[in-house]
Amino acid sequence: MNILVCLSQVPDTTTKIAFSADNKSLNKTGVQYIINPYDELALTKALELNEATGGGTVTVIHVGGADAEPVLRKALAIGADQAVRIEAEPLDSRQVAGELAAYIQGQSYDLVLTGRESIDYNCGLVGGMLSQYLDWPLVNVATSIDPTGQAGVLAVSRDMDGGREKVEVSLPAVITCQKELTEPRIPNMRGIMAARSKPLQVVSPQGIGPDLSLLSHALPPARQACRYFEADQMDALVEALRQQAKVL
Amino acid sequence: MKVLIYAEQQDGQLKKSAFEAVSFAVQTWAPHGVQDFTVVMGGRVSEQDAAGLGNYGATLVMMPEDGSLDAFEPHVHSAVLLDALQKSGADLLVMAHTYAGKSLAPRLAVSWQATLAAAVNHPPEVQQDGSWTVQRTVYSNKGLATYQVSGDRRILSFTPNALKPVLQGAPCPVQPLSTLAGAGASRTHRLEVQKVQGKIPLTEAERVISGGRGLKGPENWHLIEGLADACAAATACSKPVSDMHWRSHDEHVGQTGITIKPDLYIAVGISGAIQHLAGVSSSKTIVAINTDPEAPFFKVADYGVVGDALEVLPRLTEAIRRSAGS
Repeated sequence: MNILVCLSQVPDTTTKIAFSADNKSLNKTGVQYIINPYDELALTKALELNEATGGGTVTVIHVGGADAEPVLRKALAIGADQAVRIEAEPLDSRQVAGELAAYIQGQSYDLVLTGRESIDYNCGLVGGMLSQYLDWPLVNVATSIDPTGQAGVLAVSRDMDGGREKVEVSLPAVITCQKELTEPRIPNMRGIMAARSKPLQVVSPQGIGPDLSLLSHALPPARQACRYFEADQMDALVEALRQQAKVL
Repeated sequence: MKVLIYAEQQDGQLKKSAFEAVSFAVQTWAPHGVQDFTVVMGGRVSEQDAAGLGNYGATLVMMPEDGSLDAFEPHVHSAVLLDALQKSGADLLVMAHTYAGKSLAPRLAVSWQATLAAAVNHPPEVQQDGSWTVQRTVYSNKGLATYQVSGDRRILSFTPNALKPVLQGAPCPVQPLSTLAGAGASRTHRLEVQKVQGKIPLTEAERVISGGRGLKGPENWHLIEGLADACAAATACSKPVSDMHWRSHDEHVGQTGITIKPDLYIAVGISGAIQHLAGVSSSKTIVAINTDPEAPFFKVADYGVVGDALEVLPRLTEAIRRSAGS
């Protein structure tokens, strides 16, 4: 299969978030960027699927500036065959999905994989929007993806409200990836060396605009100081939860 | 202005998010003179339950004319909703940011060519010019972002538990909804469904009891379940616990797990790593139980108990049962 994996780069999960002086953007001082963890699972799954079915290419794509190239090189080191970067500053899901769709329409992919959400803006919309732009089926929040023996059909488990279901989906399709799908791969030295010479193509954007206009960022309000109870004061704790917090 | 509301059901029962969606729309736009709040049911429920959404301010409920929406399928549901939006002349669609909403809202944002404000925390402020100011959490609850949302057609999805449904109104009429004969052949085919039985879904739960490594092993989880049972709570766990397979992945809350915002979150034997806090820190009230007085969880907790989980849990459970019985 020819698989396209959409990657975003996000601050490392241990990052302490602070915003710029005008509150319009993240204060990037000292922030380490990583491949969005769910997108990294998508990449690993793409490699596994092609290893299992014997062939095809894995392309990674990112909408963003040149500062994302280390993350794309890492994806190449993990095993992707080539990388594409759409040269645009990503502002919201609509813009990212629109740019990706415009690129994909001129290519011939069998499958698009991406994370169920990015851990920076957490919207989880790009996969859904992309599936509608392309008029491809969508399987959101997949926890397993397996070949079926029938060409062009995959068996996918997905999380849903109140449970999980297994579906068969006809390709081409968009599938978004959830934890449990697989474990991320650590690039080895050979992969890192090979990544240097793999193609990384930069594509001009279509100029698709965002929907939303950001007014400001803020940090969550500080919480009150903790009130402590001893292990033998559980009646007092329950009383506080009932009367003061009113949550019991 | 005309508002359409997407309401979810499961196995023929209205979901909690259905009431929240109606109330969210009515509480936000009724004060701005909107009078038409039409609900599109995502699957069939009883006529009486459907009409009962009027008690929360719905003015009309559209009930699918056949069973083709009973099981969720993003293609079929989004096609039927698009048809309902176009026929009704609505300019606003409201839904919950549940698994179903996360699939439907982005598809409709494209097919209906609407501006989408997703995963909004609380009702938007409606400005003079009709635009909205909405707030949502970003960087996995470590930050907030405020956006201005304008456009002729708009979709708003809100996070579950964003507000408490309020009774206002009386039962409303129910009309059939065209399902477009299942909206054509679907390219996904359902093989099997596993439903979680008898457990409160984590994302909907108003109270959550969560266990970490401090529980010392899966054999002690009956203590978490006992406390959850005593206060009608869902159970959750930290990442190490799901990584060690003490509990299944679908209970893992945190930055790379499920993000929740219950009224009450009791963290037992969880130190409070930044990645874990990201998934739970918007909970209304947090109780931390940990042997380590320096555990980071105490910095965000409202109430704390420094002590061994295995000793504290039975006492807390007992105290809740005593208090409920009195």
